[in-house]
Formats: sequence, structure tokens, C-alpha cells
Amino acid sequence: MDTRRRLLFAAPLLAVAAGGAGFYTILRRMQENTYDPHALPSPLIGHKPPPFTLPGLNGGPGFSNTDIAAPPRPMLVNWFASWCIPCAEEAPMLYQLAQTGLPIWGIAYQDKPDAIANYLNQYGNPFTRLAADASGLTAINWGVYGVPETYLIDKTGIVRWRWAGAITLDVLQNGLNPLLAQYS
Amino acid sequence: MRFLVLLLLLLPSLARAQMVTRDGVTLTQAQETRAEGIGDQLRCLVCQNESIEGSSASLAAQLRVIIRQQVVAGVPDRQIMAYMVQRYGIFVLLKPPLSPLTYLLYGSPFLAVFLGFLFAWAARRNRAPPPAPLSDADRARLEKILVP
Repeated sequence: MDTRRRLLFAAPLLAVAAGGAGFYTILRRMQENTYDPHALPSPLIGHKPPPFTLPGLNGGPGFSNTDIAAPPRPMLVNWFASWCIPCAEEAPMLYQLAQTGLPIWGIAYQDKPDAIANYLNQYGNPFTRLAADASGLTAINWGVYGVPETYLIDKTGIVRWRWAGAITLDVLQNGLNPLLAQYS
Repeated sequence: MRFLVLLLLLLPSLARAQMVTRDGVTLTQAQETRAEGIGDQLRCLVCQNESIEGSSASLAAQLRVIIRQQVVAGVPDRQIMAYMVQRYGIFVLLKPPLSPLTYLLYGSPFLAVFLGFLFAWAARRNRAPPPAPLSDADRARLEKILVP
């Protein structure tokens, strides 16, 4: 009888302790950047990007979905904008990635040609090809909900990974690099 | 006669009075109500706890335009919802659909009631049996103690 009472008394305390431990884990992983409660899984993963044709910038060629349907090696498509602060944050990382030979194709989201040119002058141009989605309608078809967003496309043209937010060293090491090794 | 012609000429303006413009799309009040009904069920991806109707994010405004354009084009509600889910996943729905991912969510009230019954049943089962009724001798003794 007494053990039963004790158990009844301990049960709520244990429940609270378990909740606390769970909450602590979430907070710790958020701090370590291994968990983002706002991150959404992209429905595009496992599929080819939807059909689109986007113009280039300042006379450059744009690109369409057929241009990325079968790339010779895995590539990134990076959505960015000159008015976006995390984009400037990840710019050095993209530049370094481009130096390793990884093709990065950029799409400027709701931006003006002059502003994009200025931005690329200031932060360097890591992009193999550049297109502009001035209306932002192609972004909606991709399920882009903010910039920067980066998509990994494998050699068969299928999206394998989407990262919403700046690519940090941690994202590179734990997210992108293992996948690049897997799909190249 | 002239008065009648004037009235006839004014008829289209009556129809116009029923039109509303929201986010640059002009539609009838009925269509606007329908569009709002759809937008109220969709989550704004930028601010995540607001509906597309309630959000001031530019993406939400763009999605409101798309909803209204499709409503005007006569696209059924289900198809408009499917359009959004196809792009943003089921997270875009403020009311999640029943799927293996949400079984626990929808099952939790039933689970709670079941656990409650389980506890009640266990408590009843383990309750100590009531003491046996007093014998005549005990009763006589009690009477003696209580009544001076």
C-alpha cells in the first residue's frame, strides 16, 4: 500500500522531469544549430524542380528547368537577394564552395538588376549561372519561403536536400558534405 | 422611357458596387468570402503562427493574390489547397490532415480517456475490501462504551 502511494506521488514528478529533459535537449540542440524548430521539410525532395524559365541579368543567359535536368555533377541552386542579410552572411561560404569546383547556380529573388550587380561586386560572385525571379512566382512553385535557400540537385536532376537559411560551417559539415560525397 | 434607359445604363454600376478589390485582385463579395475561407486555413510560412489572411508578410500577400486569381478562375477549394500543399507540404495547412504522421495527435484525446479509465479501474480493483459488519457482541460492547 505504501509503495503504491509513493509511486503515485513520484509519477507526476517523473513526468515533469522527463518533460524538462526533453525541453533541455531541444534547447541544447537549437544552440548547437543541429535542430531548427522553424525548418520545414521540402516537398520537392525526391523530385525534379517544377518547370520554369527565368531570364538572366544584364544580358547574361538565364536558365530553365531543362538546364538543370541532368547536370554532369551534383550542383547547388541558391536563392538569394541583395536585400537579404543572411545571404551576405553566407556569401563567403558560397564563394569558398565555388572555389572547390562545385557548380552553384544562383536565382535572385524579387530583386533589381542594379542591386544584384552591386551585391555581387561587394561579396564576390560564386555563381556559375545567374537568373532573376523578379516576380517571385517561380520561387512559390519551388516552395521557397524565404531567402537564402539552397537546393542540392543530383546528377539525375532530382532535388536531394534543401536548406533554408545561411549555410554555416556546421551546415556544410553535417548537412551538405555527406550528401555531396553520396551523390557525386 | 428616358428614365428607364438611364436606369438600364446604371445597372452595371450596381454590379460594380458588389465587387471588392483585395491585394490588387477585383472579385465579387462572394468570391472574396470564399478566398478568405481558404486563406484562413493556410499557414503563413514566414511567420508560421499566422494564417495567410492575417499575415502582413509579402509572401502571404502573393499567396492571397494566387488564391483570389484561382477563385475567380473557378478552381475548386480542394484544388487550391492541393496547390499549396504540393509546394509547401502539409505544414501549410493550419488543420493538419489525418495521416500516419498525425495519428498520435488525433488519437491523443482517446488515449487520454482510455488511460483515465485504466487508472480508475486499477484504483477500484486495488481498493481494500470494506470491513466486515459488526457482530452482535461488538455492537453491544460499542453501545456500552458510547452510551454512558
